[in-house]
Amino acid sequence: MNKTWVTPGGIHPPENKQQSLTLPIGELPVPEKLVVPLSQHIGVPATPCVAVGEQVLKGQKIAVPSGPLSAAVHAPTSGAVWAIEERPIAHSSGMSAPCIEIVSDGRDQWIDRQGIADFQHTSPTALLDMIAQSGIAGMGGAGFPTAVKLDPGFRRPVDTLIVNATECEPYITADDAIIRERTEEIIQGIHILSHILGNPDNIIIGIEDNKPESIAELEQQTEDTGINLVSFPTKYPSGGEKQLIYILTGKELPSGQIPADIGMVCVNIGTAYAIKRAVIDGEPLISRVTTVTGEACGINRNYQVLIGTPVSHLLQHNQFDQQRSSRVIMGGPMMGFSLTSDQVPIVKTTNCILAPSHSEIPAEQPAQPCIRCGMCAEACPASLLPQQLLWYSQAKDYERLEAHNLFDCIECGACSYVCPSNIPLVQYYRNSKGEITKAKREKVKSDQARERFEFHKQRIELAEQEKEAKRAARRQAAQQAKASSAGSGSAVDIIAAAKARASEKKADPQQQRAKLERSVASAEMRLQVAQEKLDSAVANSESEEKINALKAAVTATQQKFEQAQARLAEQLQ
Amino acid sequence: MQEVAIILISSVLINNYVLVQFLGLCPFMGVSKKLESAIGMSAATTFVLTLTAMASYAVDRLVLLPLELEYLRTISFIVVIAAVVQFTKMFIEKTSPLLYRVLGVFLPLITTNCAVLGVALQNASRDLNFAQASLYGFGAGAGFSLVLIFFSAMRERLAAADIPQPFEGAAIAMITAGLMSLAFMGFGGLV
Amino acid sequence: MLDSLLQQPLLATLIALVSLALLFGALLGFAAEKFRIDGDPVIDQIDELLPQTQCGQCGFPGCRPYAESIAGGDAINKCPPGGQSTINAIASLLDVPAPDLDAEHGEASDIKTVAFIREDECIGCTKCIQACPVDAILGAAKLMHTVIADECTGCDLCVEPCPVDCIDMLPVEEGIDEWRWPAPAIPSGIIATDKTNPATSEDVAA
Repeated sequence: MNKTWVTPGGIHPPENKQQSLTLPIGELPVPEKLVVPLSQHIGVPATPCVAVGEQVLKGQKIAVPSGPLSAAVHAPTSGAVWAIEERPIAHSSGMSAPCIEIVSDGRDQWIDRQGIADFQHTSPTALLDMIAQSGIAGMGGAGFPTAVKLDPGFRRPVDTLIVNATECEPYITADDAIIRERTEEIIQGIHILSHILGNPDNIIIGIEDNKPESIAELEQQTEDTGINLVSFPTKYPSGGEKQLIYILTGKELPSGQIPADIGMVCVNIGTAYAIKRAVIDGEPLISRVTTVTGEACGINRNYQVLIGTPVSHLLQHNQFDQQRSSRVIMGGPMMGFSLTSDQVPIVKTTNCILAPSHSEIPAEQPAQPCIRCGMCAEACPASLLPQQLLWYSQAKDYERLEAHNLFDCIECGACSYVCPSNIPLVQYYRNSKGEITKAKREKVKSDQARERFEFHKQRIELAEQEKEAKRAARRQAAQQAKASSAGSGSAVDIIAAAKARASEKKADPQQQRAKLERSVASAEMRLQVAQEKLDSAVANSESEEKINALKAAVTATQQKFEQAQARLAEQLQ
Repeated sequence: MQEVAIILISSVLINNYVLVQFLGLCPFMGVSKKLESAIGMSAATTFVLTLTAMASYAVDRLVLLPLELEYLRTISFIVVIAAVVQFTKMFIEKTSPLLYRVLGVFLPLITTNCAVLGVALQNASRDLNFAQASLYGFGAGAGFSLVLIFFSAMRERLAAADIPQPFEGAAIAMITAGLMSLAFMGFGGLV
Repeated sequence: MLDSLLQQPLLATLIALVSLALLFGALLGFAAEKFRIDGDPVIDQIDELLPQTQCGQCGFPGCRPYAESIAGGDAINKCPPGGQSTINAIASLLDVPAPDLDAEHGEASDIKTVAFIREDECIGCTKCIQACPVDAILGAAKLMHTVIADECTGCDLCVEPCPVDCIDMLPVEEGIDEWRWPAPAIPSGIIATDKTNPATSEDVAA
């Protein structure tokens, strides 16, 4: 029996998981249109590598990672690229983001899949590259690009691999379902992970004790494999990375650090399955298991859903009753968010579509004043002080919020769940986190602006100094000239002196000749232009005044030309 | 050892200079809006109190009593206090300009802090040796620091809380101070 | 000697007080030398909090002069680009009350703007380049001028000098990456019995 530790706080909401586990994982017909967002992961959105109208096959790469923190995107079915535009996506803001819309051709034809059967003798770098090119991101909900997470780089070597099979949020049973039905493949995925990480000493699958069937399956499959299966008492939110690490190892992840900093890597069990499909079967991430549940849906079941499937498609096939439903939530009841439109697509991180009835999840009660009961602090799994965070958030005291470790809040919602005054605590924290991040960004910009301003001032000063220096030099030269011109300071003398200097400079004959030749040439050209103007004016029968003016101009230019020629002749003599 | 404990408990808790003897209320109310400035102020005042207790004891025993000039106690103690405060002010200005700016006018006002003069005069009227006098000074400073820090922590929470409008600001601060004083008077009869 | 002094209380008093004064005066003089400081680092701290747009709306030619003025006791509510959050930050730093933005110096606006030159109309006169305090306009005489949007602080000092009036201040678009959660509505302080009677409380209807 492995020892487990107990996290502080936590709540025990009704699980409501049995409804969606009565049937095995189902398949849905391929929808007509699939909308694949370019950003389904933490980091920079992927860059499209197909054009509108292009035919694509199932599993073909349609967008490449843009930089180190990004993930590839693949076509979920065969068809044609209809559009690459902004489309509404599942985001709490309700805003749109760039997506690739694909119209399916009904054939669902795969690309030529190339897997690596013998991964044990393949280098971890090659495997990581394959995972990156397969577009795998964390499927537990965060969506961090897996290839980046598994590459510890310069940090200390990994000694513990934790596979997260907790699925602590009520209603969601996606991970439970794949464990029951695809256990062997999951174990293979874990072996691949272990190989990539250099065979860490401890490999632990963490699972809650409310999944007895899955535990039985896993126990059977992990016998003699070196993988530890550890089950622990159910509590929300044990599935959070920091919480799970503490439960399984007793180690606390310091604030601001990631598990790799303490030699651990935590991966969702669904991601482990996706890694197996990518490496061994050569299938990029184009579908995932999503739970469709809630009383407003006639059928509650897990489905293997293609990425990009509109939520309406799912609801349609599950006898969704608009009248009964209070809202449609993407995610679970604690950390999910309500959808404003049912046209938004399923993405790599969608683990559940919850359509509760009015009685199941009633409308939000209005918030009442905080009575300082302290139940929120009792429930917080991160040992924070939600009450203080609330007061400081309302007072917009960002300094104090950071001092109370606001950024360590995992937004699990346990505090709002227990609050007797129905205060939406997590919304306050999210708002404050946003304001603080914005202020930090602005500070960086203002520091930059200050630097540029300082440089601007310096530059102007330097320019002024140079001008001053030149002026001073000129003044000095003038004074010297005055002193050296034999006591007389009259204007005529000065001009004569200047002329003398100028004529001295003209001494060089070759330079002189070149200069005169140039002036002759330019005078000639000017004469030509003036003549042309006169001719065209005459041809166009312009006014007599104009013609006379142009004639005068021609005459003047002619004179200058002759003068220049004369000077040149003089010089040549 | 027991004597040291008695002196300290007496000057910090039982006869707390701020809440029981009601001396030094000016900085108590004025510098308690923020915890950082309160900590700075209490450090400065403790420093001043200890030095003043020692210096005024020395002046009293070495200059005033031999020359039978007890009636000059108030004036000479004020001279001592003013000098020590000025020294503290220069020291703080050098080491922590932000604290200096935050304390602002309250730093020179330690000169007129009745607690400082009170400690000096009380020590002079009792029959103490140098060590005891210094300890009383330090204990007074410690007691002042204790209640100032408590009070400023409470005021910070009050600043973020939902106070009814008539009570906002100085009013709720006074009420809080009164309740604290009530609590500290409960220490009477401890020793 | 002591006895003779005791006979003359006035002399004794004088000697006592003067010697005390001299002693402490010497101590303070020594301290004044040892703890001498130059400059006022709090100006740097105030300057850090100002938004550095160098726009001049506060009445000073840049953010640093305004910081110096605040250090000298000036009002802290003169900076519109900084808005209320800057006023609160300076108030917190200096431990003074935080007033509302002084409307005399301009209106605060949540929408950030950057300058944009309509290149078709630009005559290449460099007047806007000279006006920009952060050198965010690229260009030279008789050559095209263009604003580097990332460096533009939105101070709009370039708009006036332009002789052909070809500079617009466009709002910066905030996309999905800049979206922030809005603050929840402040509870109106209803009590439990209000919930059952929608007529008395407008919140319940929401």
